[in-house]
Formats: sequence, C-alpha cells, structure tokens
Amino acid sequence: MANPDFLQMRAISKSYDGTQALREVDFSATIGEVHAIVGENGAGKTTLIKILAGALRPDAGRILLAGQPVDLSTPHDAFNLGIRTVYQEFSLIPHLTVTENILLGQMPRGRLSWWVDWARAHRRADEILQGIGFTGIHVRTPISRMSVSLQQMVEIAKAVAERPTILILDEPSAVLSQEELRLLFALIRKLKQESTLILYISHRLDEVFEVADRITVLRDGEVVGTVDSQATNESDLIGMMVGRTLDQIYPTRDMPPGEEILAVKNLSREGAFTDVSFSLARGEILGLFGLVGSGRTQLARCIFGAELPTSGTIYLDGEVIRPRSPHYAVLAGIALLTEDRKRDGLVLSCSVRDNSSLVTMQRMGRGIFLDRQKQHALVQSKVQELDIRPAKIERLVRTLSGGNQQKVVLAKWLLAEAKVLILDEPTRGVDVATKVEIYHIIGDLADKGVGILLISSELPEILGMSDRALVFREGRLVGEFSRSLASEESLLASAAGVVH
Amino acid sequence: MHNISSNTPDGQQRPAVARLLALIGQRFGEETRRQWADYSFMAAFVILILIAASASDVFFTQRNLSNLFRQIVTNGLASLGMLVVILTGGIDLSVGPIVALTGILAAGLTDQIGLPLAVLIGLGIGLLAGAANGFLVARFKLPPFIVTLATLSAFRGMIYVYSETPQTPSNPAFRRLLGGGFIGPVPVAVIIMLACFPLVWVFLNRTTVGRAIVAIGGNEEAVRLAGINVGRHILLAYIISGFFSAIAGVLLASRLGIAQPNVGVGYELDAIAAVVIGGGILGGGGGGVIGTFGGVLTLGLIDNLLNLFNVQSYYQQILKGLIIIFAVLARRRDQ
Repeated sequence: MANPDFLQMRAISKSYDGTQALREVDFSATIGEVHAIVGENGAGKTTLIKILAGALRPDAGRILLAGQPVDLSTPHDAFNLGIRTVYQEFSLIPHLTVTENILLGQMPRGRLSWWVDWARAHRRADEILQGIGFTGIHVRTPISRMSVSLQQMVEIAKAVAERPTILILDEPSAVLSQEELRLLFALIRKLKQESTLILYISHRLDEVFEVADRITVLRDGEVVGTVDSQATNESDLIGMMVGRTLDQIYPTRDMPPGEEILAVKNLSREGAFTDVSFSLARGEILGLFGLVGSGRTQLARCIFGAELPTSGTIYLDGEVIRPRSPHYAVLAGIALLTEDRKRDGLVLSCSVRDNSSLVTMQRMGRGIFLDRQKQHALVQSKVQELDIRPAKIERLVRTLSGGNQQKVVLAKWLLAEAKVLILDEPTRGVDVATKVEIYHIIGDLADKGVGILLISSELPEILGMSDRALVFREGRLVGEFSRSLASEESLLASAAGVVH
Repeated sequence: MHNISSNTPDGQQRPAVARLLALIGQRFGEETRRQWADYSFMAAFVILILIAASASDVFFTQRNLSNLFRQIVTNGLASLGMLVVILTGGIDLSVGPIVALTGILAAGLTDQIGLPLAVLIGLGIGLLAGAANGFLVARFKLPPFIVTLATLSAFRGMIYVYSETPQTPSNPAFRRLLGGGFIGPVPVAVIIMLACFPLVWVFLNRTTVGRAIVAIGGNEEAVRLAGINVGRHILLAYIISGFFSAIAGVLLASRLGIAQPNVGVGYELDAIAAVVIGGGILGGGGGGVIGTFGGVLTLGLIDNLLNLFNVQSYYQQILKGLIIIFAVLARRRDQ
C-alpha cells in the first residue's frame, strides 16, 4: 500500500503482575479496511484493543494516528479521536430506553433547556437505527426488556451513531443470531466504504474470513503475522494461533451407539417450543442445531427440571420421569451444562474445589461433614484429567481464564457421572485449543456410554461432533440428519426453513 | 476529641501495614496472600487499637477485659447469625426484636415454669422467628430486606403483646447461672459466645450444608442448577440467625437480671457492621467467621476505649460509621 497506515501501534508492551500480556507488538491498519485480530484466549487481543480504546495504558510503545503520535491515556482521549469500542460486556443502562442509551449525553433539549425533547429524541434514535439498517428495534423499549442479541445491536448502534474513525468490535457475534449477524456485516461494509477503520475480534474464524480484509494473529502476547484473508485458509490460521498444526480437531469415534437412554415424546412448553420428539442412545452424540432464541435452551432446561413442560413425556431408561427440579434430574442421572457459565454455571466467588464438587458434595460427605480428603482427591483428579490451569484447586474461579472456567464446569458434571449429559453451547467464549480439548473430552464420554445432547449454534461443531443432528427452528424440530447426510448446506437450509 | 484525632493516622498507616502483611503472605502462596488481604485491615486495626489501649492503664485490668468481652457477647452472637444469612445473599433486620422477645419470654416464664423450660422456650421462639423469616424468603421468593423489615415490626409488637413492662424473675438462678455466672475469671456468657465462633466456622467450612450456603450467596442459580435444594438452605440460614439472636437475648436478660421490652433497638445494624468490617459482602459472595470476629472485636474495643476515656457515646457512633466506610474502602483497594 502506497500511503502509510492510518493506525500504527509500535512496540507496545504491557504486563500485569509479572505476566507479559503484550511484548513489543507492532500493529497497523488502514482506513477503509476491516482488520481482524485473532488468537487464543490470553493471546493479548483484549489488552491490545483496550490500549487503543484508552482503557489501559501500555508500559511502553507509541500509537500514531495518520502519522501523528497521540496520547490515549484515558477512554475520553480515545473517544475524542473518534475511536469507539463495542466490548463483550455491555455498557448499556438496563432500565433506560433504547433512545436514551443511543443518545446518552446528547439528548436533544426542548425550548426550556432542562427539558428533554422526547419526540425529537425518539425520532433521532430511530433515524440512527434506520440509517445503519437495524430495523425492528423499537426505540421506546427499555433495554432490560430486550433479548441479549438486540441489546448487542443497540450497543453497536450507539457506537456508530456518530460515524467513528476507528470502530473496535470485540466478539460482537457471540450473542447474535444469523440474521442479525447479516445486518452487522452489511453495516461493516457500509462503514468501510465511508472510510472507517474496523477492528474485528472474533473466535469464529468463518466470520473472520467473511468480513475481514486482513487478519493479524496474536499468540502469547506477540504478533505471529498479518495475512490477507484471501491468501490463507482456516486450518493455516488455526496453526498460526496455536503454534502447531491441528490435524485433528474433532475426535474420531467408531463405537456404535447402544440402546436408547433418553426419549422425549411430544414435549411442549408454551411460548418456547412445541411438540418435540426425539430419542438419544447410550454413547451417542446427538447434535441439536438451533439459533439463540429458538427455544433450544428451554428444551434443555425442561429435560433437566429447571423449567416445567406444559405437556409431553420424558423417558429415561424406558421409564417415564417427571423432572420437577434440577435436584430430581441430578439424582436421576441427567446433567446440564448451561449456555452462560458466568450467569448460572459457576459460583465465581468460590474456589475450583467448591465449584467442581457442587453437584457431588452430598456424596463426598461423612455424616454432615465434608470428607475433605476425598473431595481433594476427586477434584484434583479432574483438574489433572482436564488440564485445568493453574492446577490449584483453592484458586477462586473468578481468576481463571474463560477456557479454564469452562473446564471447571465440565469437571463438576464429570464428577456427577451422569447417564445423560446435555451440553448447551459447551465451547462458547472458549479459545481454539481448549475447544479441541473439550471436543475430545466429549468424545471420550460418549465412548464410555454417556448419552450426549450437544446444543450448538456453531455448524462446524455440530457437523464434526454429532452422530446424528437435529435442527431446531422457532421452537420446533424441523429436520433430522444422519452423519452421512448432514452437511453445512442441508442443515442451514433446514434451519432457515428452505425446503430442499 | 483527643481519641478521634489519634485514630486518624490509621487511615494512613494501614496500607503500609497491609502491604507488609501481604508480603509475609506472599511466602505462603496465592491462597494465604488472598486471605491476608482479607484480614490485613482488621489485623492492623486491632493492633493499633491495642496500642492506643496501652495508653490507658485501666484497659488491661481483668475487670475491664471481662467487661469488654461481656459487652460483645450480644453482638458476637447476633453477628454470627447475620453472617450466615449474609452469606446466602440475604439480610436479617429482625435481630433486635428477636433478642428482646426471647429475653423477655425467658425472664417472664422463669417464675412460672422453671428456669430450664423458660430458657428452652426462649430459644425455641428464636428458632420459630427465624423459620418464619426463612420461610417467607425461601418459599415466596420475597426480598429478605422487605421480609425482615416486616418481621422487625411484627416481632417488636409481639413483645409488647406479651408484656409492656420489664420482667424480673425472682429466681436468683436466672441471673447467676448464665449471664452473671463465672468460671474462674471468665464469664459463662463469654465462654458460650467464644465457643459458637469455631462451631460456625466448622459449619461453614467443613460441612456440606455450610459449603452450599456459601455458594448460594455467590450464585444462587448455579447452585440450584447443580441439583441443590436452595430453599431449604436459605430457610436454615434464617433459623440459625434466629437461634443465635435467641441465645443472645437470653444471655442479655440473664446478665442484666431484667428483660426490657424495648431492648435491642439497632442491634441488627451492629451485627451487619461487624460482618461488613470483617470482609462480608452484602448480597453474598464474601465474608467469614474469622473476619466477623475481628469486626465484633473492633466495634467492642471502640466502645470500651471511648468509655474509658469518657468520650460521649455520640462520638462512638460517628467513629463506628467511619470505620465501616474505611473497612469497605480498604478491601476494595486490596482487590
């Protein structure tokens, strides 16, 4: 490229408590470009963008915008230079409306200067949403009453309302549906033409390839390289990210599934899903492909007793069961790994030891007392088996990385030795290397005869792991595919409601 | 005023002391360091107060120390119950009236049905009062603040329904045995209170039910989805709080030899203060027995010292308020 890059970060270093998060990182990107930053968790992606957003100060290094050194020591500095960031954690105010959130700090005033001109405010917010193609968001709705994915859209709308020079998107797609993702990509292309520089951070490599012009790979706080997205492919990229070639992402399994263990007949829950029937065999991995909000999570919760179905029957080992509570389900041998580990999977303020033994604590007791030695031995064995790092069971779960937190949730359910394991998005927000480890753990469990219901919105995961795949759309099962018939096209078509 | 200004340097000396303690903790690994961070403020504070105390020659007399401990019996017991409730993410505002209600029942019934039965009824009423709180919170999912605010009023009313006037049992055993009794130089009530702390520590750290209670405050939904009956544990937490308030109530009436219907106003706030100073987090996810003991001791020491120096009780209240703020701020900086 003839003109020098608009954004140049030179020799950026940053360490926390002795851990080197970034080591002399050079990074540059041009206006009108979508530049993806990929890497495993802990590779330094978030640190890098937080430095650019003024949320963190680097220990060393310089940042140049259009050739001029700039000072980004506070978020305010970054804001004034037109840098907008959409973080994974929302910065929306839950009880305020969409309008107030988008126009925060810039609400139009009425004739009396302390009055808000509501009509104008709503109109303005609506214009902003229409202008970027996000239709279907009602500006008068309080944020707290919107789905997580719509909240994410509002967050993005807020960031681009004033046409930023640099837009940083940190894992924007984690909670978005396919349709919303399409809208986001359309917006990104539009902003690109209006000469905004977009930095796109994502775990999902298929998205990165779809949207990015160039890709920079970080590993252990260093830049491995920057490549044109046209000139590389997914497996090369994964190789760069983990520092070795992954010849085997998904486990090979040749144990045939055994007899039926779980069956669901005509199960319905009002407002969530209708007339769902399927069966699951011992040692089988049954994939359930569906988008966020399709009712798949409620289905899992009904089987686990966390919610009650309105009608229908559940069979376990051929016997009718009526899970009235998770307590009942756990005793019956059903386990559920929930979609959102921080919300309902982990007690962040407790240790690895406490979290891992939460389900099985009653069985680790001697009378009312906890058999600490037995607990220690059991938890320690899982920590080693799953390679949880650091391997210190008294560590608070809060201090672990996302991938290791997810392994703690897995450890909890592995100790429960359930017959049926329902996994709701088991690899969400987890780095590639841990993902692969989790896939192999799931494979091993199936080989040991556990029936596994794998719920996911990631197609490659469903295709790579499942013996059979079901497709869930708007609360109904709309397709079933054997391993040989399942393909990306057939599942997507089925999920989108296109008849082949 | 002298005492208040002499306490001001605490705020400045604390970080240095905390840093030193953290440094010592480093040698013993991550966990120890974390715990030191939790208690460093407490430890530093208690040490400084002891230094201040050495300025008064009355402080280390047996009589004063015995007094000090007798005065913290009530708050010590109430704080233990409060700690268990706060660990579940709840709060118990009805501590004060339970103390008064159980005390006046035990005192009033002693002459009619005998001391042992009267005390048992007092303690039983404490359990029931706690169970009522716990039932409303666990069964109907009402906010604990609202539930115990309501029972705070209701229990207080019940006291006056039972008796508008103070109860003084004529049986001298009421006074001699429990609150007024001594084993050697140590008051019986103090022994009972001190014994309760390790008991609750064991309960919270070494029993399955205790671990579940600690986890509930951290993330109730995660615990529920782990197949644990959350409601039952929450119910138990409030019963424990009611029970400890009842022990406190009976011991207090016994020590004074008279049970006043208007006793115990604001006791719940002292208990909350002790738990918070000791590292407790309202809403759950933090707090422990050792810290709470430090909190109780700190509050008791302030009262005792300022009394020795004849400082008006209004200043004690101001100082207590400041200490709560300092405690919370100090911990935030540690993290």
